[in-house]
Amino acid sequence: MKGWYSETGPESDVVMSSRIRLARNLRDIPFPFRMKKEDGVKVLERVKGAIFQRSSAIGEIYDFIDMQKLNPIEKQVLVEKHLISPDLAESQYESGVILSDDEKISIMINEEDHLRIQCLYAGMQLNEAWDLCNEIDNLLEETIDFAFNEKYGYLTCCPTNLGTGIRASAMLHLPALTMTGYIRGVLESCGKLGIAVRGLYGENSEAMGNMFQISNQVTLGQAEEEIVGNIRNITRQIIDQERMLRIELHKQNPFRFEDKVYRSLGLMANARIISFEESIKLLSDVRLGVDMGIITGVDINILNEIMLMIQSANLQSTVGRALSPDERDIIRADFIRSRIN
Amino acid sequence: MLCQKCGKRVANIQFTQIINNNKHTIYLCEGCAKEEGKFNFGSPLNINDFFSGLMGISQKSTVSPQQTELICSECKMSYQDFQKTGKLGCSNCYTVYGEKLTPLLARLQGNLQYHGKIPGKLYSAVKLSREIQKLKDMLDKAIKKEEYEEAAKLRDQIRSLESQEVKG
Repeated sequence: MKGWYSETGPESDVVMSSRIRLARNLRDIPFPFRMKKEDGVKVLERVKGAIFQRSSAIGEIYDFIDMQKLNPIEKQVLVEKHLISPDLAESQYESGVILSDDEKISIMINEEDHLRIQCLYAGMQLNEAWDLCNEIDNLLEETIDFAFNEKYGYLTCCPTNLGTGIRASAMLHLPALTMTGYIRGVLESCGKLGIAVRGLYGENSEAMGNMFQISNQVTLGQAEEEIVGNIRNITRQIIDQERMLRIELHKQNPFRFEDKVYRSLGLMANARIISFEESIKLLSDVRLGVDMGIITGVDINILNEIMLMIQSANLQSTVGRALSPDERDIIRADFIRSRIN
Repeated sequence: MLCQKCGKRVANIQFTQIINNNKHTIYLCEGCAKEEGKFNFGSPLNINDFFSGLMGISQKSTVSPQQTELICSECKMSYQDFQKTGKLGCSNCYTVYGEKLTPLLARLQGNLQYHGKIPGKLYSAVKLSREIQKLKDMLDKAIKKEEYEEAAKLRDQIRSLESQEVKG
């Protein structure tokens, strides 16, 4: 297992992962939805050239994946791992993704913009992710002319990414804030500060398993470091609130608290049939129990692995064939049991 | 009606400012309008341009400029297409649509001054251009304050930087 799932980063009891994404376009080629097929090929060649000729410069090993060559399940596996967006998976154009060996770096080509450079780290590591993204951007810039003007900064297909083209986000596990209802206050404050709050799968997804993704909405008018700094500060405050509430909740009624997390563990260890929705909920309870030292026999990395593998495409890839929803629910339960026990 | 600033002269200039869907209208006489100096309504508006623009509008027919279709020469996307999809077609679109984008961008992004990273290759050109702009703003102020010696110095500095720009 690679990528952020396999590591425990800082503040990992609340922060699952940190992500920085930069949107870039090549100067003399129309944006993906207006470009011709030859243009798409040109973009792919230029970006591949820029990375593979220089990969030793930042010591990473890369792999290029051509979207046209993958079947739907393979594409969905990448989406579930947060390495590509659902948009890229559905893309009709010449498109692909370049992944680093450790899956920390993902460079999507010909999604909404020609380039989406993404760095994904475990836990709270927004600065590290930004530094790496910046390095890659500089590297690409040596051989590629980006669409940029002095007035608006980096030019993007959608004006919501104009300027820095940066999206800084953190994935947070907030069971206590959700259980107490204080999450509503967090959501309101974020709204007022221009911070977007989304569910597990980003845009257009709902909150599941008490997982929330916060990210900046504004990309123009502030420097990149400021934007990253804002997300870090908000995350910091949310972490403190969540931890405080967890302790409070436990203190109010330790027996009820422990009963809840242990019952969920019991289900995970014994169920024969389990849906994605249910397993995500149970996972949240058990993770809470492990974070607080109440459940001791389970390693956090096991929970991370489960979180990844219970998703439908990843699940199907473990058995090497497509499964019906009912079959998936059984295989999912098998997988969970095998890891918990 | 009388000027809303001095209350003495007849108001023959109407300013309407629309920010985030809020409309503010004030009525001024020519004297007070001139006194107000540069009008920062999101786009740099020179008083002379404003007056001549006013003259133009009152003499021409009532065909509004927005009715001419704006089409990008590079990707052939029209402004109407953009309004439907919310997406721009290529880098050139930003130049072609220019001022029309400003209100939308202001609503989406707030502050429209770019403060972020500059690509390495363009760094010195952008830095030079910003320096020139800064001097031009200082020149404007010096003229208004009637500090003509200072203005002349600035004008020379601008000229020398601009010749660097052409070479570089």
